[in-house]
Amino acid sequence: MLQFILNNQHIITELAAGSTVLDFVRYHKMLKGTKIGCREGDCGACTLLVGDFEKDQLVYRSVTSCLMPLGNAQGKHIVSVEGINMEALSPVQQALVETNGTQCGFCTLGFVMSFTGFVLTSKQHTYEQAIAAVDGNICRCTGYKSIERSAKIICDQLSAKPVTQTMPWLVENKFLPPYFASIEARLRTLRNNLVAGPSTNGLAPKMPLGGGTDLIVQKPLVVKRSPVELLLDASHLKTIAIIDNECHIGASVTVTEFVESPIIQQALPEVNKFIKLVSSTPIRNMATLAGNIINASPIGDMSIFFLALDASLVLRDAGNARTVKLKEFYKGYKQLDKQTTEQIETIIFQMPAAGVAFNFEKVCKRMYLDIASVNSACSISLTNNRVSTIHLSAGGVAPFPKYLFNTCAYLQGKEITTNVLKHAIEIMNDEIAPISDVRGTEAYKRFLLRQLLLAHLQQCTPAPNAIKQVLFA
Amino acid sequence: MIVTQENKTGHLANVDAAGHVTGRSIYVDDVPLMEGTLFAKIFDSKIAHGKITHFDSSEAENVEGIVRIFSAKDIPGANEIGGIIHDEPLLADGVVTFQGQPILLIVAENEDAAEDAMKLIKVEYESLPVITDPKEAFQQGQLLCKSRVFSKGNADEAFANCKYIFEGEAETGGQEHLYLETHGAYAYPVEHGGIRIVSSTQGLRHVQETVAHVLRVGMHAIEVDVTRLGGGFGGKEDQAAMWASIAALAAYHLSRPVKCIPHRMEDMRMSGKRNPYKSDYKIGLDEQYNILAYQAIYFQNGGAAADLSPAILERTLFHGTNSYNIPHIHLTAHSCKTNLPPNTAFRGFGGPQGMFVIEAAIDHAAKALGIETATIQRRNMMDDGTEFAYGQIVDQCEAKNCWDEAEVRFNVNALREEIAAFNASNDLVKKGIALMPICFGISFTNTMMNQARALVHVYWDGSVSVSTGAVEMGQGVNTKMLQVAAQCFGISAKRIKLETTNTTRVANTSPSAASATADLNGKAVINACKQITDRLTQLAKTFFNTAEDAEITIVDEMLFINGVQQKDSWNDLVRLAFQQRINLSAKGHYATPVINFDKTIEKGHPFAYHVYGTAITTTTVDCLRGTYEIDAVHVVHDFGSSMNKNIDLGQCEGGIVQGIGWMTIEEVVYSAEGKLLSNALSTYKVPDIYSVPKELNIHFLHTEGHELAILKSKAVGEPPLMYGIGAYFAIRNAILAFNPNAGIPYSAPITPEKVLMALYSKA
Repeated sequence: MLQFILNNQHIITELAAGSTVLDFVRYHKMLKGTKIGCREGDCGACTLLVGDFEKDQLVYRSVTSCLMPLGNAQGKHIVSVEGINMEALSPVQQALVETNGTQCGFCTLGFVMSFTGFVLTSKQHTYEQAIAAVDGNICRCTGYKSIERSAKIICDQLSAKPVTQTMPWLVENKFLPPYFASIEARLRTLRNNLVAGPSTNGLAPKMPLGGGTDLIVQKPLVVKRSPVELLLDASHLKTIAIIDNECHIGASVTVTEFVESPIIQQALPEVNKFIKLVSSTPIRNMATLAGNIINASPIGDMSIFFLALDASLVLRDAGNARTVKLKEFYKGYKQLDKQTTEQIETIIFQMPAAGVAFNFEKVCKRMYLDIASVNSACSISLTNNRVSTIHLSAGGVAPFPKYLFNTCAYLQGKEITTNVLKHAIEIMNDEIAPISDVRGTEAYKRFLLRQLLLAHLQQCTPAPNAIKQVLFA
Repeated sequence: MIVTQENKTGHLANVDAAGHVTGRSIYVDDVPLMEGTLFAKIFDSKIAHGKITHFDSSEAENVEGIVRIFSAKDIPGANEIGGIIHDEPLLADGVVTFQGQPILLIVAENEDAAEDAMKLIKVEYESLPVITDPKEAFQQGQLLCKSRVFSKGNADEAFANCKYIFEGEAETGGQEHLYLETHGAYAYPVEHGGIRIVSSTQGLRHVQETVAHVLRVGMHAIEVDVTRLGGGFGGKEDQAAMWASIAALAAYHLSRPVKCIPHRMEDMRMSGKRNPYKSDYKIGLDEQYNILAYQAIYFQNGGAAADLSPAILERTLFHGTNSYNIPHIHLTAHSCKTNLPPNTAFRGFGGPQGMFVIEAAIDHAAKALGIETATIQRRNMMDDGTEFAYGQIVDQCEAKNCWDEAEVRFNVNALREEIAAFNASNDLVKKGIALMPICFGISFTNTMMNQARALVHVYWDGSVSVSTGAVEMGQGVNTKMLQVAAQCFGISAKRIKLETTNTTRVANTSPSAASATADLNGKAVINACKQITDRLTQLAKTFFNTAEDAEITIVDEMLFINGVQQKDSWNDLVRLAFQQRINLSAKGHYATPVINFDKTIEKGHPFAYHVYGTAITTTTVDCLRGTYEIDAVHVVHDFGSSMNKNIDLGQCEGGIVQGIGWMTIEEVVYSAEGKLLSNALSTYKVPDIYSVPKELNIHFLHTEGHELAILKSKAVGEPPLMYGIGAYFAIRNAILAFNPNAGIPYSAPITPEKVLMALYSKA
């Protein structure tokens, strides 16, 4: 049995935990404001807000409800447009009307919800952040310029918003209906009364389900009909901590939680820039790191990311746990060094030492909110001009996320000269096996990876001459 | 005569906007379900060409919740949905000609059951050869319709007098409409054997007549109703008929309401897209860079059935010379039959495909001659008196005005200098610039279609209901219709309601397409309103005993006689009319005057008027990664006398970004076997908020407007899309700044892959 608050209503439902929040909202609660555009998280027409406690603070985040398992609504506040409608339009709605930010209207609710999520965040309200809030929303009519103008108006109106005690201000200024002020207390009560542990369906094996952002795209009907083991909110899988100079990340940490963590910000100062290239805000709010790794997609961004951090995984099977290097975890296309009963518990990487530079590159047809043609990450440090540490990974060039063993081994200890670089590229070409597909031809992917290797070195090392020698050869 | 003083250039906000932002606007899937509603899913072909040797749906029929599975033999009327040419079956009968072609129709109590049944259907095929390339189809004689030739002067002779001649190939890809709302239809049986269909269509008449044809009933038995579309862009013009026919066929047989709304991936693989083109061009210039002769052969990829391709082909010819005055022209167009889903209308309707070719030819000439492309473009720009290949003489030409205004207003020379300086000091990042003029003809090129009707009721409380044949799909036509009616009556727009578009209120509609919807339907609204205001005027004269030539007006809902305000209001006059038993309803009709076109000689005056403009596009290319950004698009556009600047600006901005998408990242990819590979939003990328031009400046050129445009406000739906072509050339120029010897085929879209490979190519 699931319990949560939908808009201003306490919901108790026996519906399957693996069914989607979108279908629940539209077809069970008849709230038709939320639209169906693609059912794969790529358009944002079904964007809803989810209020949940993070460090005991009620925080709202946007999600694409087409991929959100209903089970993940447990104990949370789900907000659709009907839940923010008031007698008069909210300033967000008003801004979109004034700027003609809506034409056919089908994507509009997604923008309304994403902007409302932006309004609700306690962060600073810069224009860039307003635009980032709608990075998962596709509009086919406006060309976005009117939506940009809306974002400016909304930011202006938020300039007076206080830093703390924001909810009363938002209610008073008609961004939100008054009932929002009571949600925090109601949620706490609701959560206290929840039966401990997820509901069980006998002893049948359960499908482990995290954020749903891959499984529900691939096989929605199977997920809906399967007993599921909900992992997203399993508290023992949610922590990020430094233990003995190692960063330990729980398997269910979402990409958003990862990038916002002060520990990660310290370990990887440029992480915001890199993660902006990974999917979109609502997907990052849902997708777990372990999900991306276990999915084993050849172009999984986070797998590529962690490979270059030389991460390890702790795999747990009931009472037994073992550690495996991520670079040894992938065995073939969708083949893992993992028993079916094992689950990732923790992702571990060494905190980068001083002098180690990290870079992540990704090229796709569309720079943001797209799947890579080729992605690649690199950790590198030089001592006396020679490579003292190097980890290189590449996606889209092999049947699984690829750690470039041979290239790394070759570069180890070398000075990055033109000849070394040329040789490294030859070695790299020998250890990859890209295929031509909708994301690019084999020749392109090979050439692009060469370029991304050069980009890493350009970003991370003082070797511009060698790079240019290779480029302009 | 009643007129209003209301400022016609006012910018009434979109009347649907409040509904949109609150989620109260209703699309097909939002219509509350009727009891007993069934759900239809289509089982479609897994191969692109072949014979169906065997199919077995018995196991599927046993799935719990399956009501029935229909095949071609269950169609009571014609198994035929083609609009222009009757060459497309609703359900494949023995042969399949594209992947995604509907074969069976599964009707179930719920969608999950239909999904389960789908997996249990067994079909065996005998494969036949697959053609996906239009030139290959042409070589094999596979044509969808008769080829067409537009010519003027004598190109062959003229080439002999040219100092410079350049020949080459140009290619543009398809484009997925990606309306945010997929196709959809909800059909339910009504009395007397009729079917009512709520459809997401731009073309009600085509849906109505197709369903009638399929069910072998009169058109009067089929009612089609459209509230609004979540985007159309041409994709829901003729192609909506398939989904409506599917739902109606099931409703007809089962006497129950049936809803058919495809999943996005089904929509993408079953529906046609913008026609890809391959073209050969030949351009000849004299020593002063005057274009003396231009020849092009267009190979249109029509897909497996004609759909709207023959009409699209025609518009390619109409726009083959874009904004240029060329004395000798010879254009040939072939509509080639391939094993792709039947391609269809998409904003611009063949015009953009034709314009790309001449722009490529001019750019080719300029690069070979070592001069700015803009030099040839400006030198050959059309003017009043220029004759198009199709015989129409240019008048009220704004081509040079737009170009010159753009050059001055946005300081092209300074932009060029800035870019040159930037490129000189950056070796791994380069910028490019390109100018793109447009000239786009307004009217359906099929003269018959240039007619519209409107039904206006004035209720006796003074409120007004307006029905037209126009479909609201985001372009703001409802708002414009409301403005027109408010202006005609001299009352507030709040007193007027735009009704759904419905075949029982307005019959025989032309599709909402060709940018002409507001012109045609708006003029019909004026006609209807005038009938009513004439009656009211006569009544006022009689009742107030005025002179016959007295001027009767309503301003802000108050009655004026000879400019003097009376104590009586619009409401009083309406009430009085009702008491006097005067008809307060009217049906307006409009048919565009002047236009004509004779296909036997390919000459005439097919367009009411043309829309002009010029865009300046600047881009930055990352020469390490092959990625790019559109820095700015600066436009001077001829809106005529815009009746709603907010809506027109939105159409312009949206069109430009869609055009840039077509030219850059939107790549429709089929395998050699005819399988759509870019079959989801994860593999087909339309612009997101980060990929649009950082700056987009649109200057409204002050022009008189045109009498045949609604309130002299020119049509705006399609023309701006073609500014997007400038992005292709600006990126191309940035690549050349990095590698002057780069071999860059005139092939769009210019994806990051093509850019990277070109940057390091050796021509």
